Amino acid sequence: MISFDVLVAVCLAYVVLLFIVAFIAERRAGKGQIGWLRSPLIYTLSLSVYCTAWTFYGAVGYAARSGLEFVTIYLGPTLMLVGWWWALRKLVRIGKTQRITSIADLISSRYGKSNLLGVLVTLMAVIGTTPYIALQLQSVTLSFSVFSTANSRGWDLPDQNATALWVAAGLALFTVLFGTRNLDANERHHGVVTAIALEAVVKLVALLTVGIFVVWGVAGGIGEMAERIAASPIAETAFRPGRWVGLMAISAMAIIALPRMFQVLVVENADEHHLATASWAFPLYLFLMSLFVVPIAVIGLSTQPAGSNPDFFVLSVPLSHGREGIAMLSFLGGFSSATSMVIVAAIALSTMVSNHIVMPLWLSWQSKGAASVSGDVRNLVLRSRRFSIAGVLALGYFYFRITGGSEALAKIGLISFTGVAQVMPALLGGIFWRGATRRGAAVGLVLGFVVWAYTLFLPSFGPDAIMSAALLSEGPFGIGWLRPEALFGVGGMDPLVHAMFWSLSLNAFAFFALSLTGFPSPLERLQGAQFVNVFEHSAAARGWTQGAAEAEDLLVMSQRILGPDEAQQLFHQAAEKQGKKSFLPDTTPDFLAHLERELSGSVGGATAHAMIGQIVGRSSVSVEDLMAVADETAQMLEYSNQLEAKSEELSRTARQLREANDKLTELSIQKDTFLSQVSHELRTPMTSIRAFSEILMEGGSEMSPEELTRYSGIIHEEAIRLTRLLDDLLDLSVMENGQVTINAQDGNLRSLLDRAVAATGSLDGRGRIRILRDKMHEDVALYTDTDRLSQVFINLITNAQKYCDASVPELRIRARRSGGMVAIDFIDNGSGIPEKSQAVIFEKFARLSDRNSAGSAGLGLAICREIMARLGGDISYLPGQGGAAFRVTLPVAEAAKAAE
Amino acid sequence: MGRNVLLIEDEPNIIEAIRFILSRDGWSVMTHSDGRNAYQAVCQRKPDLVILDVMLPGRSGFDILQDIRADEALAGVPVLMLTAKGQSKDRDMAGLLGASKFMTKPFSNAEVLAAVRELAGS
Repeated sequence: MISFDVLVAVCLAYVVLLFIVAFIAERRAGKGQIGWLRSPLIYTLSLSVYCTAWTFYGAVGYAARSGLEFVTIYLGPTLMLVGWWWALRKLVRIGKTQRITSIADLISSRYGKSNLLGVLVTLMAVIGTTPYIALQLQSVTLSFSVFSTANSRGWDLPDQNATALWVAAGLALFTVLFGTRNLDANERHHGVVTAIALEAVVKLVALLTVGIFVVWGVAGGIGEMAERIAASPIAETAFRPGRWVGLMAISAMAIIALPRMFQVLVVENADEHHLATASWAFPLYLFLMSLFVVPIAVIGLSTQPAGSNPDFFVLSVPLSHGREGIAMLSFLGGFSSATSMVIVAAIALSTMVSNHIVMPLWLSWQSKGAASVSGDVRNLVLRSRRFSIAGVLALGYFYFRITGGSEALAKIGLISFTGVAQVMPALLGGIFWRGATRRGAAVGLVLGFVVWAYTLFLPSFGPDAIMSAALLSEGPFGIGWLRPEALFGVGGMDPLVHAMFWSLSLNAFAFFALSLTGFPSPLERLQGAQFVNVFEHSAAARGWTQGAAEAEDLLVMSQRILGPDEAQQLFHQAAEKQGKKSFLPDTTPDFLAHLERELSGSVGGATAHAMIGQIVGRSSVSVEDLMAVADETAQMLEYSNQLEAKSEELSRTARQLREANDKLTELSIQKDTFLSQVSHELRTPMTSIRAFSEILMEGGSEMSPEELTRYSGIIHEEAIRLTRLLDDLLDLSVMENGQVTINAQDGNLRSLLDRAVAATGSLDGRGRIRILRDKMHEDVALYTDTDRLSQVFINLITNAQKYCDASVPELRIRARRSGGMVAIDFIDNGSGIPEKSQAVIFEKFARLSDRNSAGSAGLGLAICREIMARLGGDISYLPGQGGAAFRVTLPVAEAAKAAE
Repeated sequence: MGRNVLLIEDEPNIIEAIRFILSRDGWSVMTHSDGRNAYQAVCQRKPDLVILDVMLPGRSGFDILQDIRADEALAGVPVLMLTAKGQSKDRDMAGLLGASKFMTKPFSNAEVLAAVRELAGS
């Protein structure tokens, strides 16, 4: 027979014990005697805040309702700790190097110290955790009532609401006392953690005791127990694979994402190596916690009266067998589960609320630069945390009052899990993927949270509570595919799995899609590199540039946050490190980054960044920092693009050089060929001249006058040929060098042709050619160098005379105007020039030497081409005219004058 | 040793000069001007000595020399090469292909005569 007063007395005594333990732990920590306070064992036991009253009482109820499915809640974290140990280690390392104070701080810091994200995650955490706290209050309150109903003589339970209020107030007091003693997250909460470790032991011992009692005390041994289990309805519960997978996934995520779990797992972690122990010891703890759940449920179902709440079999089974001691221990286990969860959750939430909501609001209320002059920030932060703790518990209490504590315990637990799991895409993406952006994270979070609220949280209050029954069954405005529990027409799913699937899928999809389409800001990239490559860069990124005279302001501000002693020590050490005697260090980027990290331990990354920003007034990402993120994929791509461009440029240059070289080689060959040709053209006439002059010298006197005339004639002819060749060479050389001057004057095409024909007619010694002209069309006014043009005409007529092989050779000359140009064609009736040779006839020495060609060096057409180019016209071979045909084009007088 | 010379050359004035010089010395001079069928002319006329220009219309003197040297019946016929280019690589080429002697234009009449006498005598 345990009276209410006894229960309360035991509770109080237990709480006093916790206070003492916490107090001693704080004292020892304060003296630096940390020792076992921060051992892997304490760390592992502190992780047991995962096992709340929901797990302690609710798991048995869950087993009684749904058989083995409760195991998923333990399997998820086990898989996470064993299989994802490396990811947790990364998270812990990030938490240490970046001085992360909460999960909201982590997300906010990762995405460029965005306070928007901090606020979002904080709000989500509060909304997701409040029902959970209410749940703990409810379980404590209900456990009192179990004692009252189990008692035959009965005592009336005092007002449930009053009990809950007292519990809430007591927890708030404890949390405030030990959770907000000082500010820096990295050195606080020894007391709380130790008390929680003690509670973890109590929980385990209590549950094991009840289990042992049930198996050996009630059932009568393991064999009998197994038979009773086989006979009970639990053995027949259906196995639902979809729910199993979903529940395991969601509870695996919860171990990271629940604010209280993040608090003990990352923030309170003293040493990364503790994680290695926890990775096997915590699953072992969970295993022991779950060992006797099924036996207790089976015995409870068979011994307790129908309609009794299976959630409290842990209490009612020992009570009904008259084992009040065991029941009392069990009651303390449940009490421990509830209180440890509430305390840690309240600390975690108050840190978030204070750092991401209260402090930014306070900062924005202050005018610029006020961080250094207004009231004591340190007290403000502590006060805001204390109020936040009270607020969080008050919220939990009101939630408890409103919902009336009617639902099954396990249900709200899973709903809460799903809600906080929404941070997972942003969190995992943030620590493994550089490309994740703030926009993606924010939209993903909001979308996931809204879908969660719409499909799971709000419907969980039951029809017509918040959502109308019509909305639940028909969808909003009768839109069927928007029904909260069958989104997009996907019905038939378990509501929890359905909500989890849609909220996380849409969340992750939005996160990835927006991250892929957007581009992170420099600060985000910097932070992303720090987070993703936390094992490579151990120093935190710097985001500040060198400043001048703000060191004093910074000290004033830091004193208010860190306390005068610590702040002065920090500044003094920094100054010494810089080799300065004074207390004020230079505000180098390194120092600012260090200070920001220290402050962020107290007020969170975003707030610390904003406070320093107010004083220093500039935040920048330096070239050095960008170099630090140079291994970022995007950056790499840029570099590789640049390299590619460079290499392309190089190969282009190489190609140009090769081309230039080829050209030079070709020019050199051309030059050799040219010299060799010139040599040939000069030596040939010289040979005749020398030979005949020797002949004349040796035997001139014996020769007949005819012979003498003939031989001296040859000498004369060859001498002229030589002179002409030299003239041509000089002419061409001058023209090719562009040194020739054009003496433009008015002229008429007809008279120029007349002159040319006359000149060739008189010049001609060998076969005559008949020249056919069209004098009417030749009446074209020209403004050009008439002498040069005549030279071209004479050359063409002479060629026809020399090479036209027709029996009655004829040369037709015709002129035609077209636009501003006149075209003059010279067409003979010979066999023409073979197609393969047409391309080369304008080259130097390109004499088609099929025939005896004495008197020509093969320079004529090359000269013509040069002349026509100088006169702004052209000369080309005209194929398909029945004989050799050349077309000369040049501008008429008006066009030539206009061009000048 | 006979005194029949075949002169393969395309410049009419040079042909006339060489013909005059050699005839005066008692040589019988035959001439041919086209490169393309110069080898056939050599086979046909079976001269005791060939004077061969390098730059001929239609075919290079070097090609003709190669044909002559490849023909066993003509293997012993001395060939005097003439060229107006006078580059050393031409001289090397001629030596390689089996020319008996190589002369660069312009030459003195005495030189040509001496070369012809020397080649015919050997």
